[in-house]
Amino acid sequence: MKPAPFQYFAPVTVDDALALLAEHGYDAKLLAGGQSLVPTMNFRLSQPGVLVDLNKIADLAYIRADSDGTLRIGAMTRQSTVERDPLTARHAPLLAEAMPHIAHRQIRNRGTIGGSLAHADPAAELPAIMVTLNARFVIQGAGRRREVAARDFFQALFMTDLAPDEILTEIIIPPMPPGSGWAMDEIARRHGDYALVGAAALVTMPEGDLCADATLTFLSVGETPVVATLACAYLCGARIDDACIAEAARMAGQEDMDPPGDIHASVAYRRKLAQVLARRVLTRAFQRAKDGVV
Amino acid sequence: MTTQLFGQPIKRNEDPRLLTGQALFTDDVKLPDMLYAAFVRSDFAHARILSIDVSGALEMPGVVAVYTAEDLGAYWQPGPLLVPPPPVPDLVFNPRMQVPLAKDKVRHVGEPIAVVVAESRYQAEDAAEQVFVEFDPLPAIVELEDALLEDAPLIHEDLDANLNAHVVQHKGDYAQAAAQARLIVKRRFLYDRGIAAAMENRGVVAAWDARAERLTMWDTTQAPVVIRNGIAAMLGLSEMQVRVIAPFIGGGFGPKIMMFYPEEVLMPWISMRLNRPVKWIEDRQENFFATTQERGQIHESEIAVAEDGRVLGVKDVFLHDAGAYAPYGLTVALNSQCTLLGQYDVPHYHTEFRSVFTNKPIVTPYRGAGRQHGVFVMERLLDLAAKELGMDRVEIRRRNLISPEKFPYNNEIIYQDFAPLVYDSGNYGPALDKALELIGYRRFIDEEQPRLRAEGRYVGLGLVTYVEGTGIGPYEGAKVTVETSGRVSVASGIGTQGQGHFTSFAQIVADQLGVGVGDVRLVTGDTAEFYWGAGTFASRGAVVAGNAINAAALAVRKKILQKASEELEIDQEDLELADGAVRVKGVPASAIKLGDLAARANPTRGAVKPGTEPGLEATDYFGPERGATASGVHAMIVEVDPETMLIDIRRYVVVHDCGRVINPMILEGQIHGGVAQGIGNAFYEQLVWDKNGQLLNASFMDYLLPTADVMPVIETDHMETPSPLNPLGIKGAGEAGAIPVGPLFAQALEDALSPLGVEILEIPLSPNRLFELVNDA
Amino acid sequence: MSQRYTIRLTVNGEKIERDVEPRLLLSDFLRHELRLTGTHVGCEHGSCGACTILLDGQAVRSCIMFAVQADGHALTTIEGVAPDWTASSGPEAMHPVQIAFWEKHGLQCGYCTPGFIMTLIPFLEENPHPSDEEIIQAISGNICRCTGYQNIVAAVRRAAELMG
Repeated sequence: MKPAPFQYFAPVTVDDALALLAEHGYDAKLLAGGQSLVPTMNFRLSQPGVLVDLNKIADLAYIRADSDGTLRIGAMTRQSTVERDPLTARHAPLLAEAMPHIAHRQIRNRGTIGGSLAHADPAAELPAIMVTLNARFVIQGAGRRREVAARDFFQALFMTDLAPDEILTEIIIPPMPPGSGWAMDEIARRHGDYALVGAAALVTMPEGDLCADATLTFLSVGETPVVATLACAYLCGARIDDACIAEAARMAGQEDMDPPGDIHASVAYRRKLAQVLARRVLTRAFQRAKDGVV
Repeated sequence: MTTQLFGQPIKRNEDPRLLTGQALFTDDVKLPDMLYAAFVRSDFAHARILSIDVSGALEMPGVVAVYTAEDLGAYWQPGPLLVPPPPVPDLVFNPRMQVPLAKDKVRHVGEPIAVVVAESRYQAEDAAEQVFVEFDPLPAIVELEDALLEDAPLIHEDLDANLNAHVVQHKGDYAQAAAQARLIVKRRFLYDRGIAAAMENRGVVAAWDARAERLTMWDTTQAPVVIRNGIAAMLGLSEMQVRVIAPFIGGGFGPKIMMFYPEEVLMPWISMRLNRPVKWIEDRQENFFATTQERGQIHESEIAVAEDGRVLGVKDVFLHDAGAYAPYGLTVALNSQCTLLGQYDVPHYHTEFRSVFTNKPIVTPYRGAGRQHGVFVMERLLDLAAKELGMDRVEIRRRNLISPEKFPYNNEIIYQDFAPLVYDSGNYGPALDKALELIGYRRFIDEEQPRLRAEGRYVGLGLVTYVEGTGIGPYEGAKVTVETSGRVSVASGIGTQGQGHFTSFAQIVADQLGVGVGDVRLVTGDTAEFYWGAGTFASRGAVVAGNAINAAALAVRKKILQKASEELEIDQEDLELADGAVRVKGVPASAIKLGDLAARANPTRGAVKPGTEPGLEATDYFGPERGATASGVHAMIVEVDPETMLIDIRRYVVVHDCGRVINPMILEGQIHGGVAQGIGNAFYEQLVWDKNGQLLNASFMDYLLPTADVMPVIETDHMETPSPLNPLGIKGAGEAGAIPVGPLFAQALEDALSPLGVEILEIPLSPNRLFELVNDA
Repeated sequence: MSQRYTIRLTVNGEKIERDVEPRLLLSDFLRHELRLTGTHVGCEHGSCGACTILLDGQAVRSCIMFAVQADGHALTTIEGVAPDWTASSGPEAMHPVQIAFWEKHGLQCGYCTPGFIMTLIPFLEENPHPSDEEIIQAISGNICRCTGYQNIVAAVRRAAELMG
């Protein structure tokens, strides 16, 4: 389990990194935290000819909040930094709640937020969280910069909107509207494992028990983060009580997804877990909205 | 003797070295000019090898050699049969052993085909990718029941079926029991495969010194002496020319007692051929294929019970998965046969198994070594019978326990050591009572469970008993030497893999010689230090080596007393050994330090009496006439989330009897670790194969070893029923924790989910599997 | 093809400069180039925690980092946590976490132990009074096949006492 040989570059600016990508094209792979990439290289399942290591680009590691509460996180910010920064808890409490579910501390100390998103593992927490939070990603190419919504970024299994000569540089998380509630939970066999199923909810209930908006997203039930569109539509405008949540959860598990079966969980079991998780996160999220935490 | 050290929770001598990163493990050995090996392994479970092209690999940077079976010439031989079949009438036995490198055919995924030797492991792996093997794939036998089908493809084509062995054993006459029974319960039970997954993978470093004509080998083996003898014979060397060192070993659990793994045979040969040291370290992926595994069995079983719950007889017919080769004889399946009756007085028993070849990695003992399966079948049958009779599950067990006056108790069938299965001693009733009290059985059944059920919670209790055959022969030996420094050195031929031998054996010696535990330095696993021995397996280290060390220490004690008696001109009866000295009782000032006495016993000038042996040293051996039978009870309370089928183990109780206890701290550690492996086996770990014999979860991401968050707190209590078979009265304990966990889970989960009406007849389980069982119910 | 890359780093307080192949895993660099063999390798895919070391004081898995990535950083391995300890100094010179593992029988074969200790040192520095639940979560990324973890948890409690 030793990686195949590769050429190594450690640029110190984004421009230098982009130049290297332009030069080496499809041979090149970006190395962020490496917590998913290096294991696959050790198994020789991945044998990139060129590794462009982003870890020396100091400009890509930051967490900042705009005056309107928009959170901006540099793609090379370590997951444990995101986890512990008070700005995360203040402006993106859903993200803060999700962070401890990501693997283990040793992994989060090295793993980066951008690396996880660009890797686009449908069993990972961060893609589903970003979709739920309606985040936008800043993508840089040679001489160009664009933004893409998280929902449009994840295209298929380990496939994103990133072109081979582009780098994900920043994650922009918009502020939550007043009356918002959130929750994230997942079911894993052991602490830190990839979840059998995970769910994240962000809801808005500005007054009383009338739901103004709801986003419910799942991980590990498809090739990308899966938004429970029918359930969300059902919740929007609905009066929220246990029966309403139960029906939304049922729709999510039974109608909104076409989950895979594998050695850890059958299709039916995944649907069941999704339904249970949906109920749990929606209940907590609406409770928080009602309590007026935000 | 002042304070007896035997029985004390002494902190371990070996720990500072391990804690500071100074302990030598096999992969820590680095020698000048060392080469590194990597293997080309089969991608197919069953295929003919049409051709092997190594030319590309030989061109790769750093490559020194690439060998295939052809290159080995006469050295290419199947491995030896390690354990002959037992003397059972009408036994059918077709041993087929592994080969160093596959020649014409591969029989499991990961079977080695070629070995690449290079200047670094990285380069060796690069080159291994350039070895091209042309295969003609054959249908694979994955499921046990397919192995004996009429049209099954033959794994060993010189046999007329995939049958490794057929063994029938009897106690009494089961037909008679069945005829008299009020109730007969029949079921089919499954027990599936897992791996030992020691944290240290296997590894071998071999260094041939042409000038000295000596071979030194570091090997992660549990049996260094046997490895030395075998390797010397294979290479045509004298045993004195070969030194095998099993240094610190990062966990054994059984697969490291498997001997003459291909890599173990090849590294010394390569080193001699290239005249350079060579190292092979198994990586984690290889470990899933190249290291032996265990546990696949399917049982068709029935129990015949009288109205009052007495068990009249048991019939058990099972298939045992040997894997692609069967070098370890029938040990695992025999253990299943011989452990099934457990603590119960069963007059009639028909037990029969067929061991079959499959296209999966080789099966050899892994902690429990077949005992699990027998205990699973019997405990489940008792649960089912109790349910049908409307009887309490504890009551049916209690009624059938072997009563204390019946020991030694003869089960009449032949055990893995070829001796009749006779339990040496036991006192089962009090242990059961203790477990019931600790788990709060009555209160749980009468009050807690009804209350929790009323709250809609699914909480269940499990309680099972088991025996563990331990401490089998043939023998171990030891040499004990008092050095002139006053320190005592002890050498033994067994290997050690974390069992605390450096401490528990030191306690035995310290008691005999009146020295501190820290003054006793133990060497194990180095054939240059002790010539004889069999190895560490079958929960036998403490029993067999412990008693050998005790015997040698006792002989040294006699020498000390004799020499001191001469020196002090006083009767031996008036002498005592304490504080590192021998002294006249009641006269501390008269003491001679043991080191000084050792110096006097080894004069370097002058004359001695004819017949004098120098020094204070003795070698002795111990071999028990048969194994000692340990026993225990495990109980647990578990809650199941009825929606997710996730579990929460609320209590876990172990009452254990392994005779006299040398070091209770170490013993508890053994039990904790055994239970953890049992829990893994019962609910987390399962090897999953597809129909082509490909392993689908060969990584620690997908093969789920228990982590801290899934482990309960284990409450332990001990009974001490000494074994009459050895002077120290001890029984083994290495496997006890792991043995009964499967049936314990089955019973407790079935109990928790009883409102949903599930019946659990298989191990391992998982939340996903429970979900299926509940949906099917 | 075999590109070499010069790295400068600090290991257990000592400044080191080496030329390495980019693909050399940090675990192999420590074990086989620097001969710091106390860092053990259990899985080489970041799942078992045996190879845990400190990178700038934070626990990381050295089997899924390349040695080149340690350039400019300060590493601590198990050999560096008790610099005063020698084979003859007695166990008291060990780090409190090591002493606690010894006292509570928190190890058997000892192979995974350095990884646990390296995980726990920063954990206890950050959380001097951890609850059992926090302890269990902190060690859940390290696999031990011998102990069943119970005595490791006890050792962490003891270590917190010794360090407090």
